[in-house]
Amino acid sequence: MLALSGVGKAFSNGIVALAALDLEVRRGEFLTLLGPSGCGKSTALRMIAGLTEPSAGALTWAGGERPEIGFVFQEPTLMPWASVFNNVWLPLRLRGISKAAAAASITDALALVGLADFAKAYPRELSGGMKMRVSIARALVLRPPLLLMDEPFAALDEITRFKLNDDLLRLKSELGATVVFVTHSVYESVYLSTRIAVMAARPGRIVSQILIEAPLPRGEEFRTTALYNERCRAASQALMEALSPEDRL
Amino acid sequence: MSEAARGSAGGRVLDVILPILVFLAAVAGWEAVVRIRNIPHYLVPAPSLVATTLVSDWPTLSGSLWVTLKVTFSALFAAVVGGVGLAILFAQSRWIERSFYPFAVILQVTPVIAIAPLLVIYLDPPTAVLACAFIVAFFPILSNTTLGLASADHNLVDLFKLYGASRWQQLIRLRLPAALPYFLGGLRVGGGLSLIGAIVAEIAAGTAGQGSGLAFRIVESTFRQNMPRVFAALVLIAVTGITIFLFFTLLTHLLLRHWHESVRRRDT
Repeated sequence: MLALSGVGKAFSNGIVALAALDLEVRRGEFLTLLGPSGCGKSTALRMIAGLTEPSAGALTWAGGERPEIGFVFQEPTLMPWASVFNNVWLPLRLRGISKAAAAASITDALALVGLADFAKAYPRELSGGMKMRVSIARALVLRPPLLLMDEPFAALDEITRFKLNDDLLRLKSELGATVVFVTHSVYESVYLSTRIAVMAARPGRIVSQILIEAPLPRGEEFRTTALYNERCRAASQALMEALSPEDRL
Repeated sequence: MSEAARGSAGGRVLDVILPILVFLAAVAGWEAVVRIRNIPHYLVPAPSLVATTLVSDWPTLSGSLWVTLKVTFSALFAAVVGGVGLAILFAQSRWIERSFYPFAVILQVTPVIAIAPLLVIYLDPPTAVLACAFIVAFFPILSNTTLGLASADHNLVDLFKLYGASRWQQLIRLRLPAALPYFLGGLRVGGGLSLIGAIVAEIAAGTAGQGSGLAFRIVESTFRQNMPRVFAALVLIAVTGITIFLFFTLLTHLLLRHWHESVRRRDT
């Protein structure tokens, strides 16, 4: 679907966020970028979204151009003045699609995340997990082939997080989308991904890759399998090796 | 008062009744002191005399009130149009903001009472009064709206970029709604200031201002030692100020009640 070759990013303040990153995103996979903070995983994600330009190297898209993309941030990033319905309408509205014409897509997207009954609610009336569901519905409303997620569940409690992990895997299977997911949680990355790219900081780079061969979607029982345990150990090991000596303190 | 009491219905009734009781007690005390000590009405008029003056002089006073209201609201309207317009212009380019913002600050920090005499010379008096009221109301609206337009969630800005939103869409759908609470804060301050500006400028214009606003009535009545009328005019000014404040508070509540933290009612 996408290949990043020799991609680098240096900011104007001299910080090198990424150095010569080579990464392929394959159609239909669930790819997780796992790494300590400051390793440039968010920068790589923003680059794929086209929100920041590489200062070296290039991105090559399979179809020749960037496809429709859904993006989910660490915070729900909803417009507080708009109802849930109008928040999910936003991507369509910016394309000039009227509320009436968009209604069916919006209702579908809200049903996908289990919030069909909350269309009229305002964001502040919702819990953190529900807000994140609205954010996911908004990212899915255009049915993008590629979904980018930047630590979307990091601020949620573990019960909500596990539930959203399962829902995300179900959505991914239903929609057949490719997902690139950023996290610093080893367990989350192993549970969700078909492939993990472990990154190291200063400068940001990929140090190893781990495949998780179990089919999607997975259930809670996957957390007790030997494969899950083995991959968690491998990912933790890779993450430890990726840390520089001062990070380990 | 405890938070719990404030939240309950009884607490809210007390919030209204207590200030009214204090007010009535103060007025009664004032009336009593004036009567017992026989203070002449050209020094301190009794509240009852102020009230009857308000009624008997109503034809004159209402005309002046109307003039002051017209100046206040024309100035506020101009300040909203100018302040919001300039803030939107600032939001388009940092260079424009850097070039013009210092002048807005200079206009703000120079006391209007010091500029008023000059304006009276350069402009015809009604325009000068209007200009003074505009100058004081303009800045809080400009600075608050500028701050609000710049305060849109940066992730939302990215999201708009991702979906290919135009600058216009970003302004209408994101920056203006995000700026609304800030703008309304500026409007509440600016509304009160435009009344103050209108009064101060009319006093500064003095005899040059053939205007007939409430401030002119106060100056004129002071010369004639007609204290009951001075107090009656003061009452009208205070009531106008309170009404403006309450109106914008209500407007803020109606526009923001669904989403902004400032009008959130907590369950305790």
